[in-house]
Amino acid sequence: MAGILIYSDKTKLALELLNAAKLIAKTAFTINSVSINNDEQAEELAAKGAQTYKIINPELNLADTAAMSSALLQAAEKLNANIVLLSSDRRGKELAGRLAQVFNAGCLTDVKGLETENGNIKCIRNVLGGATVAIQQIISDKKVIAISPKAFPAADDEAGGSINKCEVDIKPSGIKLIETREKAGDSADIEAAEILVVVGQGVENKDDLPTIMQIAKALGGEVACSKPVATDKKWFGEERIVGLSGKICKPELAIILGVSGQVQFNVGIRDARIIVSINNDEKAYMNQMADYVLAADLKEVLPELNKAIG
Amino acid sequence: MNIVVAMKQIPDLQQIRIRNRKPVFEDVALTFGNIDKNALEAGVQLKEATGSNLIVVSVGNEALEDTIKEALAAGADEAYLVLDNEIEDMESSSSARLIAETIQKMDDVGMVLFGEGSGDNYSGQVGSRVAEILGLPQVGYANSININGSSATVTRSLEDCEEVLEAELPIVVSVIADINEPRIPSVSQILKAGRKPKEILELDVTGDSMLETISNLAPEMQRKRIEVETVKKLLRYLEIEGIIRR
Repeated sequence: MAGILIYSDKTKLALELLNAAKLIAKTAFTINSVSINNDEQAEELAAKGAQTYKIINPELNLADTAAMSSALLQAAEKLNANIVLLSSDRRGKELAGRLAQVFNAGCLTDVKGLETENGNIKCIRNVLGGATVAIQQIISDKKVIAISPKAFPAADDEAGGSINKCEVDIKPSGIKLIETREKAGDSADIEAAEILVVVGQGVENKDDLPTIMQIAKALGGEVACSKPVATDKKWFGEERIVGLSGKICKPELAIILGVSGQVQFNVGIRDARIIVSINNDEKAYMNQMADYVLAADLKEVLPELNKAIG
Repeated sequence: MNIVVAMKQIPDLQQIRIRNRKPVFEDVALTFGNIDKNALEAGVQLKEATGSNLIVVSVGNEALEDTIKEALAAGADEAYLVLDNEIEDMESSSSARLIAETIQKMDDVGMVLFGEGSGDNYSGQVGSRVAEILGLPQVGYANSININGSSATVTRSLEDCEEVLEAELPIVVSVIADINEPRIPSVSQILKAGRKPKEILELDVTGDSMLETISNLAPEMQRKRIEVETVKKLLRYLEIEGIIRR
């Protein structure tokens, strides 16, 4: 019987993978999960019903992608998995390519949705810089699929999980971790925010920013921006850019202020549940991809909005 | 020492139009992806710092012979190309094999550089696959690279932290756009680019197909597009949506 193996070093993403695996596994697949040097994660996965295999090996360093992919290959072979699901964050993507090569598997990364049909797994992902969305499938027997954060909700508590051990041989590849440090500068995590207030070039006056910050704060959200607002106007750091060359966000609500709506921007926000566009320009393309459109002067709307929700 | 930069020829994304939800590639110029240009610039800076030779490697259709001049003008010393007109949509696994085979023909390779993902497909697999085929350690998502004698110190940027890593050469590194600002070649560099050595390799480009694309369409916008006249009405709708409570 074919099996699925899931792994992410981040517990939250691993729990999302568990849900993705359940979708694939509806009938003929067994699901196993692996945790590496992380007892707490193993317990969380087991509490969500996953058959969890702990790899405990002090020689195995997360930053050593060669050793990590070798460990996962061994786990997949021991557990008879022919599908490995990884998280498509940076570590997960890097691992996906290397594991796919050594596993002799076809691989798709940045997968934002899955559909199953007659045993085929259709993977949905952006291509051509987000101008198009492709449905692709891996036709090789072995498959590595890296799934974007938040593409699936995290798995809920479920009985029937277990924790077992999995032994692997490790040959470190010679990558030495010298230091882990916090990222310099702005630490805003716009990908994690449930509500985003996005500043575009239609916000003409920098003096409006404090009001916009207050609106975001009152809503419990974060402020983000389009690329030119960060790179040309330098009002924000690059951490806050929404779009192809910034972050791909999937908030519950995006309030878009004065953004014209080019595809390079839209790709970063089009998966939001609700999009509000507030724009001086009623013909802005952004309005066509919004749920609610308020065509009005931002200078007047912003204080009013702030007052109403503050 | 040789430093290798692998680059992918892609259609200029700004020029792609959508017709009936399908991308139209007619008359779209070919270029290199932006992040590949960052990888090239990183290579040029390392070459200058260490006195190395910088080789650009690329796999693509015949137009690549022309496109590659961009990379030679911007500072690569020579090019190794694998050309085939049948390989419009080559899969990552095949590109990786061809790039690795090309690198195996070179001596004294100290570092192989990639962009974190190609501009068109952005799958980010090829660097990792090449590292595996060549049996080399790798560091992805670098925002700074230093070569000190026979080892390298690389800082990489992850979502929640930065890691400083060290490894003996040779090593595979992929870079992010933050690492540098690619230089614009001068007119004389552009003129000289055509005279730099180009090696066209005869490799077997047929590989096992592992992927199938079922459809590739511009997304349909299924949005409500409700026009509201006042802030009050907007907030009322957001309450109904269950997003805000008052």
